[in-house]
Parts: sequence; C-alpha cells; structure tokens
Amino acid sequence: MKPAPFKYVAAHTLAQALALKAEYGDEARFLAGGQSLVPTMNFRLTQPAVLIDINPVEECAGVRKANGSQVRIGALTRYRVLERDPATARDLPLIAEALPHIAHPQIRNRGTIGGNLAHADPASELPAIVTALGGRLHVQSRSGERWIAAADFFVGALTTALEPDEMLTEIELPVAEPKSGSCFIEVSRRRGDFALIGVACTVQLDEDGECEDARIALCNAGETPIFAKEAAQSLIGRIVDADAVDQAAALVQGGIDPGGSIHASKDFQKHLAGVLTKRALNSANERARASAERSPT
Amino acid sequence: MSTDRHDISVTVNGTVYRRNVEARLLLSDFLRHDLLLAGTHVGCEHGVCGACTVIYDGVAIRSCLTFAAQTDGHDIMTVEGLGTPENLHPLQEAMRECHGLQCGYCTPGVLMTMKVFLEETPSPDEAQIREALSGNLCRCTGYQHIVEAVQLAAQRLQHPSSLQHPTQK
Repeated sequence: MKPAPFKYVAAHTLAQALALKAEYGDEARFLAGGQSLVPTMNFRLTQPAVLIDINPVEECAGVRKANGSQVRIGALTRYRVLERDPATARDLPLIAEALPHIAHPQIRNRGTIGGNLAHADPASELPAIVTALGGRLHVQSRSGERWIAAADFFVGALTTALEPDEMLTEIELPVAEPKSGSCFIEVSRRRGDFALIGVACTVQLDEDGECEDARIALCNAGETPIFAKEAAQSLIGRIVDADAVDQAAALVQGGIDPGGSIHASKDFQKHLAGVLTKRALNSANERARASAERSPT
Repeated sequence: MSTDRHDISVTVNGTVYRRNVEARLLLSDFLRHDLLLAGTHVGCEHGVCGACTVIYDGVAIRSCLTFAAQTDGHDIMTVEGLGTPENLHPLQEAMRECHGLQCGYCTPGVLMTMKVFLEETPSPDEAQIREALSGNLCRCTGYQHIVEAVQLAAQRLQHPSSLQHPTQK
C-alpha cells in the first residue's frame, strides 16, 4: 500500500502555511501528525494533490493559560506533550483521563490535538471531549480569523466547518472549577481501539450540592460527536442521585442514533451509552463532591 | 502528474545520508529500499502493528506513517543502530534469553519502542510495560516472554552487575 503521488510543501511559519492553503485550497491537506491522514493515503482512500507539512510551524505548538479560567492548546501540540504536562492533569482532568485511551504510545508521540479535531472522526475521543467541555476553536486564514464553538465545528463524519483556506490553530478550553467533576469512560474491543461508545461529562455543583451545570457528549454515537443537551439539562437544580442519573441516561439513549457495525449492533451501542452515561455521571458527581470538600468556600 | 522530488539530509544511526526522494516515499520504504536497512519491518502499513517503529528525534514513531521528505534535518535510529551480533544491546540480550521472540517479525519494532520506554521509565512495573507494548502486535509469544525480557533488561540497565535471568534461582 503506497500513497498516490502528491506535491509536498513544508511550511515553516503560520503565515506560510496560510498562504499555501489560500493558494491550493481544497486540493491541499495539512500534514500534522499524520496518524489519521497517512493511513487513509496509504489505502488511497484520500488522494490529496498537495500536502502542506506544518510540523515545522513551532508557533502552533504548546500549551498556555490565556487567563485564570481558560487554557489554550496550540493545534500542533502532540498528545505526548499533554500526557507529560502536570498542568494538563490539574486544569483539564477530562483530557488527562481520556489521553491513555487514544490509540497507542507511538501514535500519541506523533499525533496532534488539532489534527485529531480537524480530522473530525466521530468515533475519536477528543471531539466529544472538547464538545463536553464547551471549548472554542480558533481558526485562521490569510484573510482573517474566527472562533468556532466546538458544538458548531463538527458538521458531519470527517467534516468540519473549516473553509478551504482555513487552518485550525488553537483550542481554548475552560479550566476545571472548584466544586466540579468530570469523567471520561469508553468501551472498546481492545486497548487503544476506537470506542464502541464513549461518554464524556462534567458536573458543576452549587453551594447546596445540587447540580448547577452539566454537560454530556458521546463518541461513536452518530455522525458527529453527540452533545446530549437535554439529558444534561435534566440534571440541573437536582441532587445527582440514582433517579436523576437514570433519567439522564434514558434521555441519552433516546437521543442517539448510532450507526452499528459488525463489532457492535445499534442496540448494543445504545445499551452501552446508557450504562456508561450512568457510570460517568456518578463518577463526575463524586469527584465534584470531593472537590467541594477540598474548597469549602 | 509529474513526480515531486526533494533533497533530504537525514542522520540514521549516526551516519548522515543525502538522498533525493519522491514526496510519497514512506520513511519505512526509504530505510529498507534506499538505505538497505531492512531491519525495520513493514507489517500493516497503516499504523496498527508497530513492526516499523523507529526512533525519530528521540521519540518512537511509526515509520509507515511518516514520509521520508519529512526527515530532512532530523535524526533517526533503527534496530541496526541498537546493537551488533557481537555486541547486543541489553534489551536484545534479554529478548534472546527470555525467548521474547519466535518468528521475530515484530521484534525490531518492539525493541525500538522499549528502548525509549526504558530510558523514560527505568523501573517499570508490569502494567506499565504492557501499556507501553500495546502498540506493537506480536502473534507468536502472547507477550509474556517479551514482558519478562523487558523486566530483565530494565534490571540490567539499572544494575549492570545483575546478570541473572528472572526465572533462575
């Protein structure tokens, strides 16, 4: 299996990368980690005329705190950097919990956060996680820039809101707050495989231990990461007890239409979505309570 | 389409190679066919099996998911740089002693993955070893003997005087 011929151009600055994308448009794909793109090229499922290698664009890699409550991750930041970053474990526990589920160490050594999101595989973990966290994606082109809410970025399987001349450059995510908890759980056939179903959720408690805000998103439950808004909102104003969790899980199950595959029927995926939603919400709620005990203000 | 070619200068196992490569040439094929370093094995060619793992600027990566053109100015280490038949790397010695291989097809990838892993994690527990091995498929050994070999190699790299096989009393 060898890729079809293409033209290779390396960009060394963001400005160069954007100028090249403006020039080649839909004919060109950005080459970041290449861990999703190159397999599809080896199978010749993807045959881009031009590859713009952005690996040398150092300005797009790295993690920084934008202000006290937001973290900004450069699109070219590799998974391995986040895995080894103590600040990520503290500020973005949902990401830290999901990282070990993403493929294997050699893939995480090379794969990038932005590449994963721009690839927009609905079975992948990160799209669901940035959706659950309510993140924003910074997108630039030679002629301008804009921010896109994660929930609006994923428009279909392997399809995003990016225009042909645009590049995803940065991801902004909220820092975990006191009295909040999050959880990511997935079931896959083998360690590192794509999830049959995965659930990411966050729970924010108020002074009385009731749910002030909650967000739930699923991977591999549809054409895009699925934002289970109704299910999450059913928890607001309630103690997150067994009844509340059962109701939210039922709403998640009722709101998804997973594709089914030879490895998991649609019914099994729905079953998993219910079970994992309950486990994830219970765990996130326990973590939020533990966080409230640590910061009793 | 006319062939897009690029001049590269890449260091492999300490030797600088200057070559002109086609854009679509995978690093795995470049190593095997252009440099005749056939120790890097090609299994699945889509990033699943790990047989083609090499060390790229100190990090273990899949050479089947990297283009040779991307290695210009970079440093690669393949299994040929790990040891020689006369002077095996402790990992290679341990693999031989613990029967960490049968057909040997996955072995170069396992070795390159474990080399970096042991540098980052000098005293790993079994769970850490199995997690680090998760990206390398072996259809012969059932992994048990590879795990034992990595444990032995870790022990020897930490304490060069301890030469005993873990199952020997």
